[in-house]
Amino acid sequence: MSAILRATGLKAFYGPVEALHGVDFEVEDGCVTALLGANGAGKTTTLRAVSAMIRREGVLEYAGRPLNGRGPEDVARLGVAHVPDGRGTFTDLTVDENLRLGAYVRRDRRKLKTDFERVFGYFPRLAERIKQQAGTLSGGEQQMLAIARALLSAPRLLLLDEPSFGLAPLVVSEIFRILRAINQNDGVSILLVEQNASLALDLATRAYLLETGRVVVGGEASTILANDSVRRAYLGY
Amino acid sequence: MVELQHQLASGLALGGVYAITALALVMIFQATQLLNFAQGEMAMFSTYIAWTLINNGWSFWSAFAATLALSFAGGVAIQRLIVRPFAHAPVLASVIIFIGLSFIFNALAGFFFGYSVQTFDSPFDGPPWFGNKFMSASESGSVVVSVAVLALVFAFFRFTPLGLAMRAAAQNPTSARLVGVRVGWMLALGWGLAAAIGAVAGMMAAPIVYLDPNMMGGILLYAFAGAVLGGIDNPWGAVLGGFLVGVVENLLGAYVVGEEVKLSVALVVIIAVLVAKPSGLFGRRIVARV
Amino acid sequence: MRALPRLGWFFAVLFGVSAPFWLSGYRLYQFSQVLIYAIALLGLNLLTGFNGQISLGHGAFFAIGGYSAAILIVKLGLPYWVAIPAASAVCFVAGFLFGFPALRLGGLYLALATFALAVATPQLLAYKGFDVLTGGSQGLQVLKPTAPFGWPLNVDQWTFLICLASTGTLFVLARNLLNGRIGRALVAIRDHPIAAEAMGIDAALYKTICFGISAFYAGVAGGLDAVAVGFVAPESFGLPLSLAFLVGIVVGGLASIGGVLFGALFIEFVPNYADQLTVFLGENAKALPGAIYGVLMILMMAIAPTGVAGLVRSLTRMMRRT
Repeated sequence: MSAILRATGLKAFYGPVEALHGVDFEVEDGCVTALLGANGAGKTTTLRAVSAMIRREGVLEYAGRPLNGRGPEDVARLGVAHVPDGRGTFTDLTVDENLRLGAYVRRDRRKLKTDFERVFGYFPRLAERIKQQAGTLSGGEQQMLAIARALLSAPRLLLLDEPSFGLAPLVVSEIFRILRAINQNDGVSILLVEQNASLALDLATRAYLLETGRVVVGGEASTILANDSVRRAYLGY
Repeated sequence: MVELQHQLASGLALGGVYAITALALVMIFQATQLLNFAQGEMAMFSTYIAWTLINNGWSFWSAFAATLALSFAGGVAIQRLIVRPFAHAPVLASVIIFIGLSFIFNALAGFFFGYSVQTFDSPFDGPPWFGNKFMSASESGSVVVSVAVLALVFAFFRFTPLGLAMRAAAQNPTSARLVGVRVGWMLALGWGLAAAIGAVAGMMAAPIVYLDPNMMGGILLYAFAGAVLGGIDNPWGAVLGGFLVGVVENLLGAYVVGEEVKLSVALVVIIAVLVAKPSGLFGRRIVARV
Repeated sequence: MRALPRLGWFFAVLFGVSAPFWLSGYRLYQFSQVLIYAIALLGLNLLTGFNGQISLGHGAFFAIGGYSAAILIVKLGLPYWVAIPAASAVCFVAGFLFGFPALRLGGLYLALATFALAVATPQLLAYKGFDVLTGGSQGLQVLKPTAPFGWPLNVDQWTFLICLASTGTLFVLARNLLNGRIGRALVAIRDHPIAAEAMGIDAALYKTICFGISAFYAGVAGGLDAVAVGFVAPESFGLPLSLAFLVGIVVGGLASIGGVLFGALFIEFVPNYADQLTVFLGENAKALPGAIYGVLMILMMAIAPTGVAGLVRSLTRMMRRT
C-alpha cells in the first residue's frame, strides 16, 4: 500500500530550539497510524510540523508530492485536516459557524449537504446544539465539533492531537468508535497522537514511539503490543 | 420641545457618523488589538477624493462609489505595506506608526487640496422627508446612509463565508489557518473595509462640519468615546455608543456646557469609562494574561 | 572614541554659553525655543521612553505650566522667577494626580486617554467660564523678562540664559535620577512589570511619581515658553503640539537624554525651514513638516527605533572596533 504521508529526517524548531531531531515515519493510505510517547516527547510537535505551523526541515511527502515550503492554510487546502490539542474550536462562534468554517476550503459545494448529513449522523448531539455558542459545549461535545469540522473539509488525511484529553471514558470510547467508522467507511487516513496508548494501539495498524524528539520504536501496532519490554518500558503496563 | 427634537435629530445625524467610525475602529481592534489613530485622517483624505471627483463633474453617487473602492484599496495597501511589517512590534511602535500615518494623510490633503475650508454638499437636499418637522433632508439622509452601512456590514459578517472567515481570523488566527483561511489577507480585507467605512463617515460628516484637513479630529475623538463606551471589542456596542455619544454631546452642548467645550465631554467619557469599567457597557471583561 | 559623546556635550555647552553674544535676536529666540522643547521632551521621554507610559497629551501639561505661570504673572503680579517654579509645582501635582487613573490604563488605553486630553485642551483653555483667569480665546499677554541688576543683556539674551540655566539643571537632575535606583526601577517597570513588582518595587508609586516628574518638566518648559514668547493662547496647545513632542522623542531617541537635544532642534527648525519653502512651493508647502514628521516616524520605527541617539551610539561603537 502506498503512503499518504511520509516523513524522512523531519526536524522541527520552536524558534532557535530544535524539538524534533530527524524522525522518520509514514502513514499508509486508508490506515490509522499512532504516535505515542510521554509528555514532551514531541508528538504534538510532529503534527505541528506536518501542518507547517512551526519551522521544519527534512522531507515531508504527501500523496507523493513534497509538502515543504507552505503554510498551514496551504496544507489544509491540500486535504490535510488538523484537529489540534485543545480542540481549537472557535469558542465565540456557533456550532453551525464552526462547521461552516470546516467547509471553507471546499470547492464542491454541492456535496456539502450530504456531508453535513453524514457528519450529523456521526455526531447527532451537534445537530441538537446547532445554534449554540461553541464555547458553552461540554468538553466531549467540543471534541466532536472539532472532528466534525475537520471532516467537513473532505480530508484525505486527518491529524488528531490527543482526542481523549480531559474526557470521561464513556465519551472517549464513543469518539474512538466514531473514528474507526470514519476510517473504515470514508477511507480517511488518520495520524493519531495519543497518550492513552491502549486506546491508540487498539485503533491503529502502525505505531511509532517518540522520546525526546526521536523515534525509538516503530512498527505494526500488534507487534508493539506483543513486545513485553517495549510495553513495560514505554507504555507502563 | 421642538428645539429638543431638533437637537436630538442632529445628534442622531452626527451620531451615525460616530457610530460607523466607531465600528471601523472596533473592527481593526478586534482583529489586531490596535487602535487606528489614523482612522480620522484616512476618512478625511477619502472625502477629499470624493470632493475632487464631484468638482470634476461626477455625480455624487458615482463619486461615492469610486471613493469607496479607492479607500478600500488604500486600506488594503496600508495593511500590507505598513501595518503588517510591525505586527509583532511593541504597542508604542504601532502607536507611533499610526500617528505617523495620520501626519502623512493630513499633509497630503493639505498639499494637494489646500487648507481653506470647502463646502461639501449633501446629496440629500430639498424639503424635509415626509414633511417632518425635526430633521432636515440631509440629516435624515445621513442617518439612513449610516444605518444602511451598518446593516450591510452586519449582513456581510453574519451571512457570507468571507465574513465568517474574517471573524474566525480575528478571534482565533491559529485555528483559522488550520481550516485554510489566509489570515494575513483577512487582516488586509478588514483594513480595506474599515477604510471604506471611514470614507462613508467622512462624506456624511463633511456637509455638517465642512471640509478641511482638520475636520476629523473631533469626530475621531467622539468615535473613540463611543467605541470605549460601548465596549472596545464589541462592534454593536460601539455602534450604540456612537449614537449615544452623538445625542448626548449635542444635548449637553446645547443645554449644559455650551458649544465650545463639547470635546471635553468626550474626554470625560473616555477617561471615566476606561477607569471605572474598561470593558464598556457591552464588552467583555478585559483580562491581562500574566 | 569613547570621548565622542563627552566631546559632543562639551561643544553643546560651549555653543550654549557663547550663543547670546554672537547670535542675532531672532536666532537666539529660536534657540531658546529649542531649549524649552528639550526640557519638555526630556519630561516626555522620562515617562514614555524610560517608563513605558505612552502619553500623547503632554501638550496639556505644557499648557498648564504656561497658563499657570502667565496667570501668576499677569493676575497676581508675581515675578517670573517665582511664577515659573510655582507653575511647575502645580504641574507636578497635576501629573501626579493624573498618574493615578493612568495606572489602570495599559499602554494603548493610556495613549487613547492622553490623546483625548490633547484634543480637548484648547477648548478647555478657551472656555468662556474661565475667561477671567485665562483670557478666553484671546489668551494672556506676558511681559518678557529683563536682565537683573541692570546687566547689559537684552530681553532675548537674558531669556536665552534663563532657558540655558534651566535646561542644564534639569538635564543634570534627570541624569542623576536615571542613573540611580529610581531610574533602574522605572526601566524595570517598563520592561518587566510583573517581575519588578515581584522584586518589591512599588510600581504604582513609581509610575505616578514618574508622571508627576514628567509633568513637572513639561510645566517648566511651558512656563519658560510663556515668558519667552510673551503670550499664551489656546490654539498653541492643541493636538499638534503633543504630537510634535512625540515626534521629538522618537526622532531623538526613546530613552535617551542626549537624543532629546536633537529632537528639540528637529521640531523647532523643520517647520521653520518648511515655512521658508512656501516661497518656492506655494502656500501648501505648509504641509511639508507634517509629511516629514509622518515619514520619519515610520522610517525610524523601521530602521532606527532608537532614534538619532541610537544611530550615533552604533556609529561610535563601529568606529571603536576599527
